[in-house]
This record gives sequence, C-alpha cells and structure tokens, in this order.
Amino acid sequence: MSRHIWMAAAAAGAFWLLAAQDKFDLGTITKEGERPRLAIPDFRGSGQAQSFMAPFNQTLWNDVDSGGVLRMVPKTMYPTTVPQQPTDFRQAPPPAAQAQRGRRGEMVQAPTGGGLWMSDWSGPPAQANYLAIGYTAVQNNLFVLRGWLLDLGRGTQVIAKTYIESLDEAGARKAAHEFAAEILAQFGGKSLFGTHIYFVRQQGRTGPKEVWVMDPDGKNQRPLTHFNSISNWPAVSPDGTKIAFTSWAHIYPGIFVFSVDPVRDLRFYNQRGVSTNSTPSFTPDGKQIVFSSSAGGCCRIFLANLDGSNLRPISSSSSIDVEPKVNPKTGAEIVFVSGRSGPQQIYKMNMDGADVERLSDGTGEASNPSWHPDGQILAFAWTRGYATGAFNIFVMDVASRQYTQLSHEGRNENPSWAPDGRHLAFMSTRAGGHQIWTMLANGTQLQQLTTQGNNDSPAWGR
Amino acid sequence: MFNKRGIPVICLAVSLAMFAGGCKKKVPPPPPPPPPVVEKPAPPPPPSAPVIAQFTAEPSSIQAGQSSTLRWQVSGEVTNVGISPAVGAVQTTGSRQVSPQASTTYTLTAAGPGGNTTASATVSVSSPPPPPPPPPPPAPAATLEQRLGSDLQDAFFDYDKSDIRSDARDALTRDASGLKSILTDFPSATIVIEGHCDERGSAEYNTGLGDRRATAAKEFLVQLGVPAERLSVISYGKERPQCTESNESCWQKNRRAHFASGQ
Repeated sequence: MSRHIWMAAAAAGAFWLLAAQDKFDLGTITKEGERPRLAIPDFRGSGQAQSFMAPFNQTLWNDVDSGGVLRMVPKTMYPTTVPQQPTDFRQAPPPAAQAQRGRRGEMVQAPTGGGLWMSDWSGPPAQANYLAIGYTAVQNNLFVLRGWLLDLGRGTQVIAKTYIESLDEAGARKAAHEFAAEILAQFGGKSLFGTHIYFVRQQGRTGPKEVWVMDPDGKNQRPLTHFNSISNWPAVSPDGTKIAFTSWAHIYPGIFVFSVDPVRDLRFYNQRGVSTNSTPSFTPDGKQIVFSSSAGGCCRIFLANLDGSNLRPISSSSSIDVEPKVNPKTGAEIVFVSGRSGPQQIYKMNMDGADVERLSDGTGEASNPSWHPDGQILAFAWTRGYATGAFNIFVMDVASRQYTQLSHEGRNENPSWAPDGRHLAFMSTRAGGHQIWTMLANGTQLQQLTTQGNNDSPAWGR
Repeated sequence: MFNKRGIPVICLAVSLAMFAGGCKKKVPPPPPPPPPVVEKPAPPPPPSAPVIAQFTAEPSSIQAGQSSTLRWQVSGEVTNVGISPAVGAVQTTGSRQVSPQASTTYTLTAAGPGGNTTASATVSVSSPPPPPPPPPPPAPAATLEQRLGSDLQDAFFDYDKSDIRSDARDALTRDASGLKSILTDFPSATIVIEGHCDERGSAEYNTGLGDRRATAAKEFLVQLGVPAERLSVISYGKERPQCTESNESCWQKNRRAHFASGQ
C-alpha cells in the first residue's frame, strides 16, 4: 500500500489518485473537475510592450496549461471586458438589487458587470475559481509585468507581483515563465521553466548526428557538439551542469563528458583498445558514470569516475547489457537493458551487480529506462503487444511491476522524465519523421517541440 | 662553223687541182699565194638558257607530317633560282627539306640571260593511318578498398543474433583466404570489421549487437589463420544502414559484418 503513495507524493497533492487499493493503475487521474479552474485573459501592454504581448500571452498560457495542475477555462467563455488590475473591479450590487429571478426552469438574463464584477468570472459560463490578470509596460527601457492571481471565491489576491525583464521578446517570455511558475507553485505544480531538454538532431537521413539542447517549450534550440560524426544518447548530470553521451567522433563508439556552460569536452579516459563504450549516465551524486563497455566482451555495465579513472565492471553477463541508470533517489540500484534471456528486456541489479531481476515480463522488447525523480517509477519503451520494433512509451511501478501504456500512435521511444516528475519528453514518429514531444505522465497535454530534421533521444535535465 | 667567207677559198683550191692535172704540158704561172690567214676572234656565241641538271624530290611520296628532300642542280648562265611554292630563292645547287600537308608540285625556275628554264618535282602526300592505340597500361595495382570490395563478402546474421550462420560460415571461409592475400599485398594495412544491425531493436542495444557480430566474424577469421592483430572491430549499430526500407529483405541486408580499411 505504501508503495502506491509515490504518485501522490510526486504530484504534491491529490492529483494522482489510485483507483483502488489493490489495483495499481498508473493511468488513473483525478477528474478534470477536481482541478481548480483558472481563467487567464490575454494581457495587454502599453506602448512598446504591446509588440511582445503575443509571445507573452502564449507563453503564460502554455506554461500554466502544461503544468497539469489547473484546468484552463477556454477564452471563449470570458466576459467581454477584462480588468487589468484589481482596482478595475466594481462591486456587484447586493443580491436584493438584482433583477428578480424567474421561476425554476425559466430563462432569465442574469445581471452582469460585463467582466468588471468578480461574479462575471466565477459565474457561468466561465465558472472560474481563479483569475490571473495584469498588464505590461515599458519603464526605464525595461519590460515590466504587473501580475495578479485572484481567488474568486474568497475575493483575495493570491499573487500580486511585479516582474522586470529586458525589453525584447526573450524578456517578455521570461516574465511570462516566471509568473506562470509562481501560479503553478500555488497549486503544488512545478514550472519547467529553466530546465533543459538535451536531444540528438540529424539533418536529413544520413547526415551527422549532433547533441542539441532546447528549452522545455522547444524554444532556444542550439547545438552543443560539432563533431560531424554520430553523437548519441545524452544523459544529464543531476545538477544540470554536465552531459554524458556516446559518440563515434574518435572512430570507435566512446564515452564523452561535456560541461554545458561553457560547452567543453571534459575528457573521459581509459577507453583505448575497447571497441565499444556506450550509453553513459550519471550517478545521483554526479561523481561517477555508469556505462556499457565491450571491455572483456560485449557488453557489461561498468562504473568509473567522471574522467574514466577507477574503472570497474559491475555486471558479469555473457550477453549485451546497455543503458544503465542508477536510481536517483537511493543510488543503490541500477536498471539496465539486457539480452541475457532473449529479446532485450529491462533488468534491475544492485550497485555491486548482485540481485539481478527482470522488470519487464519477457514479452516483446524493452529499452530506454528512465527513472522518475522519486526512484520508484520507470518510464521505458516497449514493443509489448506490437510488432518487433514498434515501441511505445510505458510507465511501471518498480516495486509492484504494474505498468501502463502511455502512447498508442507511431513509434515512440526514449522517454525521459522531467525534473517535475509530472512530464515526459520522448521521441515519436506520429507526425512523420523522428521528433521530440512532451506529455503529461498520463499521456495527455501532448506538445511537439521539434520540426527540423530528425530528432531523437531527449534527456530532460535541470 | 661554216661561215660564208670560207666557201670561195675551197672552190678555188679544187679548180686549181683539176686544172693542173689536165694541163700538164703548159705550166701556168704560180698562183698568188694565198692570203695569209688572219686569226680573227670568233664572234661570241649567243648566250644560252640555264641548264637544270637535277631537280628531284626524295622521297616523292610521304605521309602528312613527314618530310621530303628537294635536291637541285642548275648550270649555265643563271641569275636567279627559285622554288615555289613556299621555298623561295635558293642557291644553284642545294637541297631543302619540305613537309607539305597536301600533295604539292614544286617548280624550280632558273632564270638567266639566255632565258628561263623550269623543272618540277611532285611530292605526293597521303594521310597517315590512324595512330595505333597506346599500349595497354600495366595492370594497375588495385587499391586496398577495391580489393576489400571485390575480394570479400559480407557475412549476414539473423535478427538479434550474432551467431555465424552456415551461409556466413561459407562467406567468411572465403574471406579468410581473401584477407590473407590482401594483407600480404598490403603489408601495413589493417582491416576493420564493421558490425551493423537492422532498424528494429533499440539503437542503444544494437550498438552492442553490432559489436558482437563483428567480434564473432573476427574470431571466426582468426581461427582460420587471419592475424588477429591486423583486424579490428567497430560497431555502427543501426546508425549506418545500407538499406533504408522497412521490410525483411532490407533488414537482412543491414544485419551484417562488413570489411573496411583500418586507419
């Protein structure tokens, strides 16, 4: 029973509810109606600020919406007049002064303030519980946002804040990200603003593959490597300052460890004479790398320091072991992919290689395990129920082995949990080509982040 | 030679001889002595035209691009000797090489006070037969890459397997002798055995699978005597497919060990 509490904890609320005590169901989610309803009318800007309001409003809405803790009231349901600050509201006349209600069942025009009464927003059709309002302006050549979050039920200001950013589109987006983050925090959500998604881009079908990075909304896409080779499968260090990946840049597939800012090759040694070193990831303390190596025969799981020193094997397989991922919470166990029992499956073992258990049930082929930040849930790719090679995204509770399928369209691989533990990035072919998508961990809120070239292997880090 | 002044003298001498024989009895007075012969210089003979003793072209038949030698010899009174076309004024005796592009009749004109004399010689020019083709080049030594492509075959594998199938066994057995020959001909070369996979398994797992396929091929070859130190193994997983369609025929083409030249 206690193992079922993971999701609730991850969502910091009653968001992930389990349907029944004995039946684990990862797909169960609270009904839409149980999430507070939030209205966010478009903000307006004065003077030059107005030119940035389209990206501002899009970013604010998108961030809050994808946060998954609030139900967004569609803009078509909003009153015509939008208050820009709390003082714009007018006191609705007392109920006695309102027009007399008709008899039950009769349609009677309810009196409204056209948007200037709080009841215009809390009543039908919007029926919002909360309202975010505000405006932007230019002050001292800076972009200034004044934002409020109002609790319509109580008539109180939950947030009343000023945000100052640079006077450009990036500044406007940043102000929106920050305001959205503060709104989400009120409801136990976490903003993903400031996190990064590393991924692999290939221009065309035969071009080189480079490691790229982007913001969680797909903005600011930029390359980190320029090897003009095959560079694949990035993993992010827990503190977000480094990535490790596999590259053929030095002929044989090998491990690379890079700092991210500035971008620098930190050098991973002890690879000479080994035909294949691949699929590195970081231990939770960020001080070691686990990876797959053909040293002594392909391929076992090895552990080494960040520079390749203190290298030692963990698994003792006579099969192909790849993609080791250390439990981020406990640091005491490793999940990995192995062909030791036939088609590739997900396994778990202790850090010393003992207590090997298979987690996937042996059907199909399973790959790409990604730990939820809580260390109890895995997301992975599995062909269970599909043709060979037709992967879909699954999540599994490691303790109970209960799993559920999140994707059903196209080929879907390389799920990677967001730092908030609520979102996943993954590769999907559902819209043609290989592209990076994000979704909530219940399979909703799908967003396509890339469109240029072929994009694979997202790794979501700080 | 016979000038008119000599005729009366002869007649007189003849008639005197006849008369003496017939009139022996009467002695006539002796005739006056003949007039002394006065040596008068003969008038100069009229000038004669130059004589062309020789004008030849040797050889008289050439192929375009070859040359012929004109030889000439002119005697007599000559003021001017010329050969046309193209040659121009020349000495009275000489030779000259000519290389006409087409058949040409050369005319030698010798001019002198006694007139002009001409002679001609023809050089006939024929087109040469087409030049012979260049000799066949010495058989170029095939490059290492060419030898790898022509002498060696890929070894193919089953899905998710790195076992050497019977067809791969045959291919690799032939490859072993081919490799030995290649390594002898290229004593400093090393050979890379590339392991490849089809698109279906995960890319990460396939990197391991490609390593195992290439390693299995290498071990088979080493057992047949190919020197291990000159073979290396590299996995491309499913990163470098040679066929990109999603069907079994294409997948089979990609599940292979392939030979390439080392670094």
